Amino acid sequence: MLDFLKTLVASFQDFLFLAGRSFKNLVRRPHYYDDVFLQMDIIGVGSLPIVALTGGFSGMIIALQMARALNTYGASSQVSSIVTLTLVRELGPVLTALLVAGRNASGIASELGSMKVTEQIDAMRALGTDPVQKLVTPRLTATALMLPCLTVVADAIGLFGAYLIAVPLLHLIDSGAYWSMSWRSLVMNDLAQGLIKPFIFGMIIALVGCYYGLRTTGGTQGVGHATTQAVVAASIWIFFVALLMDKIFVGL
Amino acid sequence: MPNDPASGPILEFEKVSLRYGDSWALRDISLTLNPGETRIIFGAAGSGKTTLLKAVIGLVEVNEGRIRLFGQEVTSLQESQRFGLRSGAGVLFQEGGLFDSLSVGENVQYPLLNRQRGDTETSPEDAEKRVREALRFVELEQTFDKFPAEISGGMRRRVGIARAIVTEPPLVLYDSPTAGLDPITANLIMALVAKERDVRNSASLIVTHRYQDGEIMSDFRYDPEREELLHLNGAADARKRDRTKFIVMKEGQIVFFGTRQDLEKSTDEYVKRFVRHEENHAQ
Repeated sequence: MLDFLKTLVASFQDFLFLAGRSFKNLVRRPHYYDDVFLQMDIIGVGSLPIVALTGGFSGMIIALQMARALNTYGASSQVSSIVTLTLVRELGPVLTALLVAGRNASGIASELGSMKVTEQIDAMRALGTDPVQKLVTPRLTATALMLPCLTVVADAIGLFGAYLIAVPLLHLIDSGAYWSMSWRSLVMNDLAQGLIKPFIFGMIIALVGCYYGLRTTGGTQGVGHATTQAVVAASIWIFFVALLMDKIFVGL
Repeated sequence: MPNDPASGPILEFEKVSLRYGDSWALRDISLTLNPGETRIIFGAAGSGKTTLLKAVIGLVEVNEGRIRLFGQEVTSLQESQRFGLRSGAGVLFQEGGLFDSLSVGENVQYPLLNRQRGDTETSPEDAEKRVREALRFVELEQTFDKFPAEISGGMRRRVGIARAIVTEPPLVLYDSPTAGLDPITANLIMALVAKERDVRNSASLIVTHRYQDGEIMSDFRYDPEREELLHLNGAADARKRDRTKFIVMKEGQIVFFGTRQDLEKSTDEYVKRFVRHEENHAQ
């Protein structure tokens, strides 16, 4: 039991060291801007279709479920406010982060893991390049910048999905009122948590993916193991940090 | 920043030890390498050969002793301070260590464009010229736009050599350059290694399992006019032969150090394995 805890603490310490070095590299030369833009394309543009689809379906499902519940109290016109708050505050950031974790934490871990087991990371160090600066910092920057953008897209498409259910399909509310109530229900606190959360989640996804990738051992089987661990760890961290942040923002 | 290699030894190990748990990866290793010299390192699997190469450029942390590379103490530098120093040494990894997402040309260009040393920035035009020269050196200029997965294992090893020498380093480290290759390709690779040493007077550390690799480095020199390897003969060439010394490692320790003649005369059962093993192969 003690050994298990020791390993856990040592792993967390290594993770913090990696995070510290990645952040330090943000202000250290050289900067690999090409790699940042490449990763933004892979993580941001590449995740757009799945994020848009999921966002749209989430909005539709929430609208359908809420319509029934709200009908009971004769408050079906409130569907727009509820969908907006649910999506912007919580579901948009968390769902998008989980999707990107599934798609990109695994991608990052397998890419870096393969490089590790085929000596490419050692080769990089031997050729005078810091792998953290070349591989981790660009992924960290790209994911932290792209996840809030993806979340905004998911929120917008989710709201549109809910609109399709609430307005043309169920006639719960008219079109103008839907958008107006949706806008009025949001306060600065909601927008702040809707954007700060994905920013933090983005950092978690990139760092967890890179951490498991860079500590891969044991050939191709090790790469598979690292990939699975990265997705599981990133998902757990996302929920844990979401809970912490909710506590902070709800307390505001 | 590396010192002028002509001013002293390129590499010095002083009582270097490294432990992994209860076992010694390196134990009390001392050696010196001057410009133009070659050390051939033999040893059983797990005897510490690759660890020794990695320790040279600080890829592994040693527990005791000092390593000086180009006059600078690697062991006292932090990881972030070592990148500049590493740029001064070329490394060929066992499987080539090529970046599989980059083309052959980009792989060879990598050290020129990504070195973390402010004084050695290379323009992209100059870099491409030097890359083509390096690929021509290993006779693979035609593979410039191909990806590592599209070329054979031997060719990957040659591209690895091109990448290791493109910055014209005063020291080149070769980790099993001929492992897993057919004899013809292996001899071609070793001819390129000897050519690199003789054309630029670079120092080399070569980890290998093949006795012939040591023979080629010890008994042949590259003639730039005839563009082929010539056998070293007579007393006049004795000094050239002496540039190549053999090291045999066992459980992290150096158990033999000397010339090829000394190696062949050794009566130690462990040391003899690395000479006779190849004789058996040749039969």
